[in-house]
Amino acid sequence: MTGEIGLFALILAFGVALFQGTVPLIGAARGDANLMAVSDISSVVLCGLVTIAIVMLGHGYVTSDFSLLNVWQNSHTLKPLIYKISGVWGNHEGSLVLWVLILAIYGAALAVFGRQVPPALRARALAIQGLIAAGFLAFSIFTSNPFARLIPIPAEGMGLNPILQDPGLAFHPPCLYMGYVGLSVAFSFAIAGLLGKEIDSTWAKLARPWVLLAWCFLTAGIALGSWWAYYELGWGGWWFWDPVENASFIPWLIATALLHSLRVAEKRDTLKAWTLLLCITGFSLSLLGTFLVRSGAITSVHTFASDPARGLFILAFLAAVTGGAFALFAVRAPRIRAEGLFEPVSREGALLLNNVFFGAAAATVLLGTLYPIFMEVAGSPPVSVGPPYYNAVFLPIAIPAIVLAAMGPAIPWKRADLPGVLHRMRFAAVCAVGAAVLTGVLQRDPVPMALAGYGLAAFLAAGTVRQWLARLRPARSPRRLLRRVRNLPASAHGMTLAHLGVAVLVVGVTASSTARVDVEQVMHPGEALSLAGHTIEFAGVEDVDGPNYTALQGRFLVTGPGGSATTLLPERRAYLASGTATTEAAILETFVGDIYVVLGDPVADGGWGTRLTFNPLIWWIWGGAFLSVLGGAVSIAERTRPRMYAAGAQPASVQPA
Amino acid sequence: MTGAASVIGIVVLLPILASVPATAESSDERVRALAAELRCVVCQNQSLLDSDADLAKDMRALIRERVEAGDPDEAIVDFLVERYGDFILLQPPFKPATWFLWLGPLAFLLLALALARTRIRRARSHRNDPDDPGAS
Repeated sequence: MTGEIGLFALILAFGVALFQGTVPLIGAARGDANLMAVSDISSVVLCGLVTIAIVMLGHGYVTSDFSLLNVWQNSHTLKPLIYKISGVWGNHEGSLVLWVLILAIYGAALAVFGRQVPPALRARALAIQGLIAAGFLAFSIFTSNPFARLIPIPAEGMGLNPILQDPGLAFHPPCLYMGYVGLSVAFSFAIAGLLGKEIDSTWAKLARPWVLLAWCFLTAGIALGSWWAYYELGWGGWWFWDPVENASFIPWLIATALLHSLRVAEKRDTLKAWTLLLCITGFSLSLLGTFLVRSGAITSVHTFASDPARGLFILAFLAAVTGGAFALFAVRAPRIRAEGLFEPVSREGALLLNNVFFGAAAATVLLGTLYPIFMEVAGSPPVSVGPPYYNAVFLPIAIPAIVLAAMGPAIPWKRADLPGVLHRMRFAAVCAVGAAVLTGVLQRDPVPMALAGYGLAAFLAAGTVRQWLARLRPARSPRRLLRRVRNLPASAHGMTLAHLGVAVLVVGVTASSTARVDVEQVMHPGEALSLAGHTIEFAGVEDVDGPNYTALQGRFLVTGPGGSATTLLPERRAYLASGTATTEAAILETFVGDIYVVLGDPVADGGWGTRLTFNPLIWWIWGGAFLSVLGGAVSIAERTRPRMYAAGAQPASVQPA
Repeated sequence: MTGAASVIGIVVLLPILASVPATAESSDERVRALAAELRCVVCQNQSLLDSDADLAKDMRALIRERVEAGDPDEAIVDFLVERYGDFILLQPPFKPATWFLWLGPLAFLLLALALARTRIRRARSHRNDPDDPGAS
């Protein structure tokens, strides 16, 4: 019964979404307030209906209702409760319902919290959200029904890919989807603004919190995914340039560019067409990522559904959405008027250069991801595009972008004198040299990349902090300083935190890629070796039973430099339901880095293959990402000024500082 | 302006430093460096270094054998490419079929720079010119 309620809710939701996608548009075109107001109500109703659907599906999972095909394929009675719940989105059909739910949540949030958005803009934006929801609901109902029944009812389910049975999976996909789907709001704002011909600095100000929100979730989702890959896949790496990782990274690069250009649109009322283009491109690339992952065009652990019919549907949807959006852009964009003037050396120029780097980076990653598919389609012998390619082409774009991030905040709006900017960067330059020299002294034989990496991080961190302090400066007393801190716009603190996060991340990346130590060898019980100041003794292997797997568990006694002792228990698991095997690394996190232990295969003479890795400062990578997300969250708090929305809105630059 | 000069120096020097490749010396390091650049051909998207597959282990052993026998890196890679094709190279070779792959990023960067340049020119010269196509 619950399955039918769920399916019925989805079908009703489809109807509501179609209604939401059309009526408010007519209302906005006619200036009919009643028809426009429909968008708010239907957004909330849509959200409620999709919530019912996902709760019904969740009910099927929690009660192990194997009369539902989807539950039978992806669940098992022995699975712990949390994985039964996360199993809802651990498969194609369910993850699609989650996708629509998040889309509906954003729509309802815009309806409820977007009161300062003028009615016509809000009605149009919600209508676009409705059309997108209708497309995905049709996809779900017609090609990927999560509530399909199965007769006769099997006694036991087939289980879930064990690699996906992990706390990381419970949070990584929802978080990533919040980011992916959040870009739809930017898209809807862009289309609504183009339809209503109301693209100005106020539009940018209204769109900004939504873009920031999506960016925060996308960043957090990617970071969680990377963390999950680090501890779950057992390879000790944190980023693999896997096509599916790229599918989320490309929209992230565009979203980051968008955040920066939106700042120019908001402050200086210029670069608006450019900003709109990024809004449209960002969401289109989210859809493209969904297509790549869902269609089976690329293979990876994430590809739960490899079905050409579904791929075709998404491709058609992608073509309609992107084609329609770009066509509208081509017609309307030439009429957008640029207000603010600026010189090449100016904050606007620097932010434009940021867009150049991020745009080129996104195109580069897209090219690398799609190239093997092109080659296959062209009938050429297959090629692999792996990490060495990306390191070779991505770093030359990323490094100048980091230098720019350090200098940008020191460049005034409109017109800047280069010598003055360079003068303000002296402190950062001294710190960069200091960091590089310190690296050279501490590491006897440093690789050039280490010198550069730490130098860059110091340059960015020092430049960022100096600029933040400069904005507070002529405060003599602590009380006045505190007041100045409070009077700075939230986005100033947010930007400072976000850029500091990048510096922290650069340190983590540099350390883990230049100073990682790997030891791969056969160890016998009782044998010990030393790694990065720790003594690691292999005590032996025993059999252990988990809730739905059996495992060989290695026991390693790790003694730290201070004498602290820890036991690490890496496992090799065999899952009962599916018969698949996984490797579970055991990790000791210390301040200076991680000791990462993987148990390998037994060797004939009683020894065991082992892989011991020291990953220095690797947690700085996720710590940096966390700081950046925090910075984004702080920036959201910046007040938007509803009363500013008027035909002749003043450029933000004339408001008192 | 020695301050400015030193800042420019830093800004130029850091990227150059970052692009200097590290050199592997011991045979262990060479095996690891080689394995990291080669694909495990039976895995979904893993290097020989990362993979736990039996084939990857055999191939790591093979590479070790050849490294210890004193073969240069190029000979080992060529030998494997002959057997498995370019597919095994995680860094695709530079040849006509991959020209676009390798030159694309530079082209994107130059294209984006050119776009930004025209945009900046417009920002300097025109003011509120609604007839100017693509203004803003």
